[in-house]
Amino acid sequence: MKILGKSASILGKILISALLILIFVVPFYWMILTAVKTLGEVVQFPPKFWTDAIQWHNFKDAFDAIDFLHYTKNSLVITAGTLLGQALFILPASYAFARYDFKGKKLLFSIVLLTMMIPGQLIFLPVFVMYVKLGLLNSYISLIIPFAANGLAIFMLRQTFMQVPDSILEAARLDNAGEFKIIYSIMLPMAVPTISTLALFTFITSWNSYFFPLAWTTTDAVRTLPVGIQQLQSSLGLNPQVVMAGVVLMVVPILVIFVIARKQIIKAFTYMGIK
Amino acid sequence: MERSVRLKPRNGERTGWSMARPYILVLPAIAILAVFYIYPIFYNVYLSFHSWNMRGSMKFIGLQNYLELFKSADFRQIIMNTLVYMLMNVSLTVVLAIALAMFLRKSTLISRFIQTLSFTPNIISLVSISMIWSWLMTADESGLFNYVLSFLGLGPFGWLSDKHLALFSLVLVAIWKSVGLNALIITSSLGSIPDYLYEAARLDNASKSATFFSITLKMISPTLFFLILMNIISSFEVFETINVMTQGGPDNATNTLVFSIYKQGFEYYRIGYASAMAVILMIMIGLITVFYFKALEKNVHYR
Repeated sequence: MKILGKSASILGKILISALLILIFVVPFYWMILTAVKTLGEVVQFPPKFWTDAIQWHNFKDAFDAIDFLHYTKNSLVITAGTLLGQALFILPASYAFARYDFKGKKLLFSIVLLTMMIPGQLIFLPVFVMYVKLGLLNSYISLIIPFAANGLAIFMLRQTFMQVPDSILEAARLDNAGEFKIIYSIMLPMAVPTISTLALFTFITSWNSYFFPLAWTTTDAVRTLPVGIQQLQSSLGLNPQVVMAGVVLMVVPILVIFVIARKQIIKAFTYMGIK
Repeated sequence: MERSVRLKPRNGERTGWSMARPYILVLPAIAILAVFYIYPIFYNVYLSFHSWNMRGSMKFIGLQNYLELFKSADFRQIIMNTLVYMLMNVSLTVVLAIALAMFLRKSTLISRFIQTLSFTPNIISLVSISMIWSWLMTADESGLFNYVLSFLGLGPFGWLSDKHLALFSLVLVAIWKSVGLNALIITSSLGSIPDYLYEAARLDNASKSATFFSITLKMISPTLFFLILMNIISSFEVFETINVMTQGGPDNATNTLVFSIYKQGFEYYRIGYASAMAVILMIMIGLITVFYFKALEKNVHYR
């Protein structure tokens, strides 16, 4: 009886595992399969679960249907700009919050904590109006600067800088190392894991960014790849194979990065909570 | 300037540079946060008392935007949709994430594989996910879901075209995207439950369900509490799936707050009216956050 129960529970586990794998693999499989089918195969009934001839030209069709390179360039500029901006603004601020005492520190840090609680979806409308008034609509700057500082990132980096043991700093000071030498040779190296975690998170969210590039623009000038790809759907809705080919082109680079840096990416997202 | 950098400032010694340095390092970042996150909150409230179509000058109209909102049947439905979406999404995501985390608790090759697999949707843009799922949920026979379900004698369902089903379909997409990450966070919390608690339960001959409820769930409750807050806030923020998959339809059935703020503001240029809705969203998120921290404080005190 017991052996029977045990093998039943093993069988149950295998079945559930198989079901879970299906749930997470099938959408991706269907995306790729649709992207390489002909239109005839896409609409035929019953649907085919494989294809005999891979239609590579679907990718070229998707590439030609929208200004793919333009959107890719915008995504790259905005992603790189955001990373650079964060290095310029977040690193110094979190270092100062961790290592200096100064008047008003508590008040300034409470601003940091407060902004951790404010989701972007609350401020997209007033910021849009600000951009209209300042004439900043459809500029790279408008999609970079708001994300060049981030309350949660400052908070986390500050924690990291605070954890550097005082004894190491004392030793460096006794060696007459200057402040900048201390920062470059001790502080930054010790913060590398946190910095790369934050950078990975920023890279992925910025590359995938859709809401703000859509809301804060009125022309295609600085719109990102996700916004461009979505236009495939409205212009080519009757050609799902081309639409899916476009989605594949956008998803595959990020999946490749995931395969390479799987552990760090999972850590980054678990750290940053759900966003 | 240069000299005082090299000179190690002694205790009590105050050079101009060493006094100014922290501010120079901190203020640029603080300026961004203040300009793009704090100020807009107030500006938003200001806008909500005005009427403006992005051309000409703003007109102060007092509470009229709010009065119009409260009279509008559409707005009542938008609030209902937002709340129903949130309740479905939060409860299902958290319950399924607990189940998934328990199932994957023993670290084996296959459980680590499923863990990674279920995490994957998190790194892909929600737009791509929405486009893939609109295709899977196609209402006619070529839609994969309807085809597969037809073997079980079910359907066909109008996943996105049936007004009683569409909101739930969007919840399904949200769950598919985030259940893996939720489970991962729960798994790391499960790992920190000390073994002696389970040994004590075994010695007491506690049943499996009693062990689960009075040890496992209790020990991970701070994590669950945090996840519930995060899921509530991310439910309120839902936009991408709606914009790509349903456009708020059919018949307003999937029109939620953020989507409708976007529509009113960016398509009909009713800035003041949209701002009034944003103020209401802000109050909802604010109340829930305050409630969370109050409850957290209380818990810490009584422990």
